[in-house]
Amino acid sequence: MQPFRKHTGVVVPLDKVNVDTDQIIPKQFLKRIERTGFGEFLFYDWRFSSDGAKLADFVLHAPRYAKASILVAGKNFGCGSSREHAVWALADFGFQVVIAPSFGDIFANNSLKNGLLTVRLNEERVAEIMRRSKELENYQLTVDLETLRVEDERGFTAPFAMDDFSRHCLLNGLDDIGLTLQHEAEIAAYEKKHPVRAEMKAIAMIL
Amino acid sequence: MPPRTLFEKVWDSHVVVAPEGQSALLYIDLHLVHEVTSPQAFDGLRANGRRLRQPLRTVATVDHNIPTTPRGLPITDPIALKQIEALQKNCREFGVPLFDMDSAEQGIVHVIGPELGITLPGMTIVCGDSHTSTHGAFGSLAFGIGTSEVEHVLATQCLPQKKPKTMQIHVNGKLAEGVTAKDLALGIIGRIGSDGATGYVIEYAGAAVRALSMEARMTLCNMSIEAGARAGLIAPDETTFAYVSGRRFAPKGKDWDGAVAHWRTLASDPGAEFDRVIEIDAASLAPFVTWGTNPGMVVPVDARIPELKSFAQEADRRAAEQALAYMGLAPGTPIEAIAVDRVFIGSCTNSRIEDLRAAARVAKGQHVNPKVRAMVVPGSQAIKRAAEQEGLHRIFLDAGFEWRESGCSMCLGMNPDILQPGERCASTSNRNFEGRQGRGGRTHLVSPMMAAAAAIAGHFTDIRNWRFH
Repeated sequence: MQPFRKHTGVVVPLDKVNVDTDQIIPKQFLKRIERTGFGEFLFYDWRFSSDGAKLADFVLHAPRYAKASILVAGKNFGCGSSREHAVWALADFGFQVVIAPSFGDIFANNSLKNGLLTVRLNEERVAEIMRRSKELENYQLTVDLETLRVEDERGFTAPFAMDDFSRHCLLNGLDDIGLTLQHEAEIAAYEKKHPVRAEMKAIAMIL
Repeated sequence: MPPRTLFEKVWDSHVVVAPEGQSALLYIDLHLVHEVTSPQAFDGLRANGRRLRQPLRTVATVDHNIPTTPRGLPITDPIALKQIEALQKNCREFGVPLFDMDSAEQGIVHVIGPELGITLPGMTIVCGDSHTSTHGAFGSLAFGIGTSEVEHVLATQCLPQKKPKTMQIHVNGKLAEGVTAKDLALGIIGRIGSDGATGYVIEYAGAAVRALSMEARMTLCNMSIEAGARAGLIAPDETTFAYVSGRRFAPKGKDWDGAVAHWRTLASDPGAEFDRVIEIDAASLAPFVTWGTNPGMVVPVDARIPELKSFAQEADRRAAEQALAYMGLAPGTPIEAIAVDRVFIGSCTNSRIEDLRAAARVAKGQHVNPKVRAMVVPGSQAIKRAAEQEGLHRIFLDAGFEWRESGCSMCLGMNPDILQPGERCASTSNRNFEGRQGRGGRTHLVSPMMAAAAAIAGHFTDIRNWRFH
């Protein structure tokens, strides 16, 4: 995973609440068996008509947001299905940060594993960013994970919270499977005390 | 030791290590796998030269994108076929037990775990699927994970987890006739909102919960994620033990006695504290119907679609407006005046034998409205066989319902079972998101009885006034 330290980029406002992962990446694109190539299907039903034509009035198609790498959205972003494809699609499309008042728990976890930073700010601050990104051309924010701050060049500044361990992993781009495997001795000791029960051994024999 | 909740007991007994300044490392007793969220995880193992740590704690099936047409017909979608073949190959390569397409045990992953006695009280269970919360009905800590976490569990049988907050939903009293666990779930989500339990694990308690069958408890816990909670638990009791006893892979003999003795210790201690407690009066609940594009947009069947001015928050008012535009509905419309084109009875929420019995009771001696296409999709092959032994399929077929093979089907429409644009569906599934059942499709979530009644009436109708034949 790429480390995330600090990012400055254009902000695009997706002014909706409860954006679920079915909207972020519709089901027909979940059949791919790779991790890559999901960006073109991001928000598909909002970006394209059923015959595949571009829906020009969708915010991501506005030329002023063409280079956006920070998405700001309403509360409960990424609720619903556990599909990590939603995060892969956002990252593949070029997003590095999503800012919202709250996130679906599984989505937020999935984001962490892929170096996509989810930043929680209160409703008022999100509304302010939303307003500025709509009104100001080329509106940019800087998101700094080391100082845990979001700011623009026009005096907006807000702290955000993240637990120390998640922050540490993101800052260093750590492979957390590798971290877990450092506890091999403890895992093995736990497994010795809690062996696989006899009936589960039978499953393999039956099949 | 201070009094602990059910969740805390299960959590504590699965902490492998809690390193200073890091998330606790939780041991995972059971990892359920399906075709959609696993291929990239197995690829990750291969790419890093890692082995599958515990093949016997890993169980796979195919459910999400398989057709529900008769087994043996070819899969016409080449990409779906590729994904199914990838799971078959991965299971062979890594030694994972797989209940495949042609297996007598195949079914929706959250249906077959409990049915086979693989899901037991007090376990930690994960699956790359948000409705893993279903297994919490047994007093297990069961939650959905993403594909990176699937890879993590395959490689380590552990997951680093931040400890969630706890919420008790205490349901007093008794559900009225015609009001089911589905209605209880929808009533709760309607009250606390589709993000009302984000960051929490729910424990459902109280007389109305104790009175639920295991099938009904699974329906309730299944919908926990629709309130934002990754997991929802119910303390195991005699109802739980009676359900698990004798199941194919459940403990037997002396092991069984020891297991039950342990399971009896899991219930929350008197005086155990929750971060939040919500009281619900079961008698106040009615059969519910969703009107919008998330499960929190819901009203009783005898109510009307809310007026926009009833929403206090601007964002919620706008969301309601957008939802109604998508749904092709106007504020103030009586729910019972809404006609349906399609009916879907199935999904990990409501496809178990009790659900099918309840729907069949409504359908018996009646006929599906000529304007409606209705399908019944059993949750597993075992349920399908049981229903056929009881003659339920006959009731459905005589009434004009389609009787299909088991799978996730139109709950998420990854297989050919989808709505056409503009079609309106009464569905026993769990999500009414835009496009969930097919692009432009309009989903209303209801109980199995309410779905069957809508199929026959051609519109939503209050099951409490139904004339059973």
